[in-house]
Amino acid sequence: MNTSFSWIKSYVPDLEVSPQEYADQMTLFGTKVENFQALNADLDKIVIGQIIKIERHPDADKLVVCQINIGEDSPIQIVTGATNVKEGHKIPVVLDGGRVAGGHDGKKTPGGIKIKKGKLRGIESNGMLCSIEELGSDNQMYPEAPEDGIYIFDDEAVVGESAISVLGLKDVVFEYEVTSNRVDCFSVIGIAREAAAAFGKTFTPPLIPVVGNAEKTEDFIKVSIEDSELCPRYCARVVKNVKLAPSPKWLQRRLTASGIRPINNIVDITNYVMEEYGQPMHAYDLDTLANAEIIVRRGKAGEQFVTLDGQTRNVDESVLMICDGEKAVGLAGIMGGENSMITDQAQTLLFEAANFDGTNIRLSSKKVGLRTDASGKFEKGLDPNLALAAINRACQLIEELGAGEVVGGVVDVRDETIAIGKKYRHFLPLDVAAINRLLGTQIDKATMLDFLERLGFSYDENTDGILIPTWRQDIDTMADLAEEVARSFGYDKIPSTLPQSGTTGKLSFSGQGEAIAREAAEAYGFSEAKCYSFESPKVFDKLLLPLEIAEGSEGEVSNNPSEQHTEKDESTNLSVPKTAGNRPPQRVNGAMRGGATLRNAVRISNPLGEDFSVMRTQTLDGMLRSLALNQNRRNTDVRLYEVGNIYLPTETSNRENLSKQAKTFYDKMEAEGFFLPQERMQFTLGMYGEGDFFALKAVVEDILSKLGVNDKLIYENPTNGRIDLEERSYLHPGRQAEILYRKNAWLGYLGEIHPLVAEQYELKERTYVAVLDLPAVFTFASPARKYEGLAKYPAVTRDISMVVPKGILASDIERIFDKKGGAYLENYELFDLYEGDQIKEGYKSMAYSLVFRAKDKTLEEADYVPAMEKLLAALENERIELRK
Amino acid sequence: MKKRLEQLKENALLKIKSADNLSALQEVRVAYLGKKGELTALLKGMKDVSPEERPIIGQFVNETREALEDLFETAKAQLRLAELKVQLEEEVIDVSLPAKKQKTGHRHPNTIALEEVERIFIGMGYEIVEGPEVEYDYYNFEALNIPADHPAKDEQDTFYINEKVLLRTQTSPVQVRIMEGAKPPIRILAPGRVFRSDEVDATHSPSFHQIEGLVIDKNITFADLKGTLATFAKELFGADTKVKFRPHHFPFTEPSAEVDVTCFKCGGKGCRFCKNSGWIEILGCGMVHPKVLEMSGIDPEEYSGFAFGVGLERIALLKYEIDDMRLLYENDERFLRQF
Repeated sequence: MNTSFSWIKSYVPDLEVSPQEYADQMTLFGTKVENFQALNADLDKIVIGQIIKIERHPDADKLVVCQINIGEDSPIQIVTGATNVKEGHKIPVVLDGGRVAGGHDGKKTPGGIKIKKGKLRGIESNGMLCSIEELGSDNQMYPEAPEDGIYIFDDEAVVGESAISVLGLKDVVFEYEVTSNRVDCFSVIGIAREAAAAFGKTFTPPLIPVVGNAEKTEDFIKVSIEDSELCPRYCARVVKNVKLAPSPKWLQRRLTASGIRPINNIVDITNYVMEEYGQPMHAYDLDTLANAEIIVRRGKAGEQFVTLDGQTRNVDESVLMICDGEKAVGLAGIMGGENSMITDQAQTLLFEAANFDGTNIRLSSKKVGLRTDASGKFEKGLDPNLALAAINRACQLIEELGAGEVVGGVVDVRDETIAIGKKYRHFLPLDVAAINRLLGTQIDKATMLDFLERLGFSYDENTDGILIPTWRQDIDTMADLAEEVARSFGYDKIPSTLPQSGTTGKLSFSGQGEAIAREAAEAYGFSEAKCYSFESPKVFDKLLLPLEIAEGSEGEVSNNPSEQHTEKDESTNLSVPKTAGNRPPQRVNGAMRGGATLRNAVRISNPLGEDFSVMRTQTLDGMLRSLALNQNRRNTDVRLYEVGNIYLPTETSNRENLSKQAKTFYDKMEAEGFFLPQERMQFTLGMYGEGDFFALKAVVEDILSKLGVNDKLIYENPTNGRIDLEERSYLHPGRQAEILYRKNAWLGYLGEIHPLVAEQYELKERTYVAVLDLPAVFTFASPARKYEGLAKYPAVTRDISMVVPKGILASDIERIFDKKGGAYLENYELFDLYEGDQIKEGYKSMAYSLVFRAKDKTLEEADYVPAMEKLLAALENERIELRK
Repeated sequence: MKKRLEQLKENALLKIKSADNLSALQEVRVAYLGKKGELTALLKGMKDVSPEERPIIGQFVNETREALEDLFETAKAQLRLAELKVQLEEEVIDVSLPAKKQKTGHRHPNTIALEEVERIFIGMGYEIVEGPEVEYDYYNFEALNIPADHPAKDEQDTFYINEKVLLRTQTSPVQVRIMEGAKPPIRILAPGRVFRSDEVDATHSPSFHQIEGLVIDKNITFADLKGTLATFAKELFGADTKVKFRPHHFPFTEPSAEVDVTCFKCGGKGCRFCKNSGWIEILGCGMVHPKVLEMSGIDPEEYSGFAFGVGLERIALLKYEIDDMRLLYENDERFLRQF
C-alpha cells in the first residue's frame, strides 16, 4: 500500500511532523512504513518561467537563446536545444545552483544533477528548461507532457512560483506493510484514521453530499442477487450524458503520487475512490446491458468468458458472475467483460460497488488465473458499508468534475444483516483488569476508552462495553482489544519483566545424544553438512535400488523399543560356526531397511519440481552429492557428517509422547487413511581421501562408545551368509557391513560406495559412508558409567600365530576367544595379517596377542593354561593351523 | 696412612676438575671409589694400622669418601648442566614453522547458532522439544487459528502430501502438541526444520529452520514476553543490544509483535547491513491467542502465555555475515571450516 503524505494530511489537517517522524510513529503504532521517498528529493531551485523572446544562437544551428521571465526584476538568459518551446510558453526552469533528478532520456541520477550557469558556444546560459523526465517522472504519469521536449504549463500557471509544488512533486510517498487482518488500512482513509490516532490529532474524513437529479436509478436498472452468500451487497448508480475528458490536475497528481497513471475522468474517479476507500468499483456501458438488468449468479460448468484484457477465461459453478438479462458481463470482483467495456461512444454508465465473499474471490481468482487490484482488495473481506459510501463518493466526484449527469437514488440490494446506518459490527465487554493482566500494565479505564475512541470504537455505558465499528473485521476478543490498547499505549512503554515460575531447562535425551555423536565425529575430522529432506525419485535409480522387494530379506520397521533389547545382555548369543559359512541365518531386529522398500517414499503433491518431489528414505543422496561437490572443487580428504531425518511411509504411527487429545485426533485421521510417516533421525558419515573402511569403522565405534553403547558390535556382510541380509545395492558388495548389537539389534551400516554408484555421482575417489539409525542407537545409549578399577596385578601375554582358511572371519576367531578364553582373558588384539606367496592357496596368516589378567592376584600358569588349551583346540577344530 | 689419604684426595680433586664430560667423570669415580678403586685399595691396608689408630683412621677414611662423593656429585651436577646447556642449544627449533595439524571437523553454522540460542533459553528454564516435520494440516494451521480458507494458508506456500498431511511451514505446531499434553507451567523451545515452496536463491530456501518458544503459566504477561526477548537479544548479540517491539499480526497470537534489534554492525547508527535503519528484524512473537489455548485444552481464563518464532538461518546469516543462503546447503568444506 502506497499513499502520498499530502493526501493523508488532507484528512488529518493538524498533522505537522517530518516524514521520518511520521514513518517511525506509524511503524510503532502498527502500520509499518517500509520506506518513503520525497518526490522532490533530487529537485531544487526550479521555478515557473515564461519565455519572452527566442533568438537564434549566432554560432550554433541547433541552439536558441531564450529570455525568460522568472518573476524577478529582469529576465534571465538561457540557451536551449529544445524545439517545442515558443515565445509566451510557461515552462519549468532550473536556476543556477539548482538540481534536476536525471537526464532527458528518463535515466535518474541518485542525488540529482547540479545545474550551473555557463557558456554554450560562447553565449551565457543561466539555467536550464526542464522536461518531465528531468523532473523525475514521465508522460505516462503526466499525460499532458510532450513525449519529447520541455514540459509546458497551462496559461493559469503563475510565473515565479515553484514548479515543484505546481507539479505536485512537493510530496512524500510512503510504502506501508499492511498486515492481512487490517483490511481497512488498504485505503487512504484507513491509513489516515490510524495516523490521526497515532499522533492524537483529529481525523476529518471527506464529507460526501449525496448528489443526483430528479430521476430514479431503479427506472434505469434492475438488480437481483441469486447467491447472497457470495454477494451480500450490490449498489448500482447511473450516470447520463457522460463527457469523457482528462481529470483535473489535482486529481491526476494524487493518483500519480500513488503510482497510478491518469487515463480519463471516469477511470480516474474509480481509481481514486478505490485508493481512498479501499472499495473497488466497476463501470459498465449501460446501453450494452440486455434488458437493463444485472443478475449476480454463479457461473456454469464449462462457461467461457472474455475479460476486458481480451483473454478468454474458463469458469465454473464456483465462480461468481455479473450478468445482464442475457449474458455474463463481468467476473465478480475480479474484472469486467470486454462486451460491456466503456468506449469513447458511451453515453450512459452503470456504476457498480458491491461486497463479495473474500474467500470465494480468492479461490475464483486462482481458478481463472487472474489476480487484479480489485480481487486483491475483495479477497481480504471488505466492510459491506463501504460499497454505498464509495459509490456515493464516486457520483459526487462525477458531478464535481462535470463528467456526467448523476441519476438520483441508488439501487442497493443487500443481505438483511446489512442495515443502512449500522456503524458497529458487534460489541465486546471492556474488561480493564483482564487487559492489564494480559499486558502487565496498569492502564486506567479512562485512558483505555480514550485510546479506543480515537481508533473509532465507541463506549456503551449501559452495557459497559465497546462497540466495534464495521470496518474493524479483526476485533473479536478481549485479546484483540488488548492489542489496540497496547499499541496506543506504546509497546515501548510496556514494562519489561521476566516470568516467575520454576521450570528446569534441559536438552532432550536425543538432543544430548546428538551432541555427543557430533563431538565424536568432529574429533575425527568430520564437518557438519546440511542436506535437503526432499529429493528426486531418480535418486532410487542412481543408487541402483532394486525394483522388486526381495523375499524375507527385510527387517521389521519397528518403533517399539520393547521389541528391541534394552536389558543388559552379557553374551553375544552367537554360536561358534561348525564350519564357516553355513551357520543358520539370524534374524535382525529393529528398524533396518534397504533394497526396494526404499523406493516406497512419501511424495509431495505440489513440489517445486521433480528434483524436490519425494521425501528421502535414505540419506545417501545428499551426502554423495555434497562429497562430489567437494571433489569437483578439488578439496582433498573431505569428511562430512549429517544429522537429519528420513521419512518412511507407515501405517503404524509413532504414538510415543502423544497426548490423549492427539491420540484421538490420530485415530480419526488414520481411520480416514491419513498417516504421518515415520521420521527417523540418521547420523550419516561420508568421506573420501585419506582413510578406508576400517578408519570409518573406528569412527563409528568411537561414536557408539561415547554414547555408552559399549558392548561388542557385530559386523555382518551379506555375502558371507552368516545372517540373512539383502545386499545394499549402492555399496561395494564385499565392502559393506550391517552394524548389529547384542541380540542382533540393527544400529546401521557402513561400506564403500559401489563403483557404479560412484560413477553416477561423478565421485572419482573411493568414498566411504556410514549411517547410524539414531532411534535404534538411543535405545541402548546411556550416560551411565562405572569405574572398574585400575589393573594392579601383572598381565600375562600369549601370542597365537595361525594359518586360517580364507572363509573364516576375524569375528569367527574372536568369537572362539570370547567363548573359550576363560575368566582371565582380558583382551586380544590382531597384530599381523598376511595373505600372499608364503601362505598356501586359500589360507591367510593371522596373529593375535592375548592378554590374561586377574583383578585380585598375580596369575599362575594353572590359571590360564587350561583356557588357552581349550581355545587352541577349538581353533584347530575349525581347520585353523597353529604355528608354533 | 692419613697422609696417603690426603694425597689420594688431592689427586682425586685434580682429576675431577680435569674431567670435562660425564663419562670421564664416571671413570674418575670408578678409579677412586669403585670396587677396584684406589680408596678401596687403600682400605685394604687398614689391617696394617694399629688397633688404637683404626677408629681414627676409619673415621678419616669415611670422611674422605664422603668428601669425594660430594665432590663427584657437585662436579656431576655442573657437567650435567653444561651438557644440558649444549643439548638445549642444539635443540632450538624455528617456532614459526607451520603447525602439524590434526584435522578436526567443524560444526555447521546453523547448529552453532542454534546451540547458542538453546543455551540461552535452557538457562532461563526452557526444555528443548521436538515435533514431526511431516505434519497434519490441523496442527500446522487449524489449531493455530488459521481455518481452512484463511488467506494465511496461501501466504505460506505450503507443500502438501495430501489434503490432510503437509510439510510443516512453521515450528508453531509443536506449541499445540505440547499444550495438548502438558500441564502448565510450560516453558519449551522447539527448534526444527520447516518447509515453504520458495525457489532456491540467495535469500530463500524451500527448507529452513525455525526456533519456536512457548511459555504458559498463570499471570504470564506481554511485559514478560518483552523481558524474555530483551534478555535473549542481549545474550545473543551483546549487552548493548536494544530491542524494539512493533505491533504486527499473526493468527495465533494476540497482541502480536515483530522484534527488531539494534544493528550489531553499526550499533544502530545505520549502515549497509541494516539498510541504514539501524535496526534488524529478528523474530515474531505475541501472547498466545485465547482460541489457540482453548483448542489445545488450556483454559484461557486461568492461564496465559506467550510464543515466539525465530528464523535460525536469519540469525546464522546475520551473525556470521554469510551473504548467500545457498552456501548453507552446499556443504563445501572450505565454507564449513570457517566456523
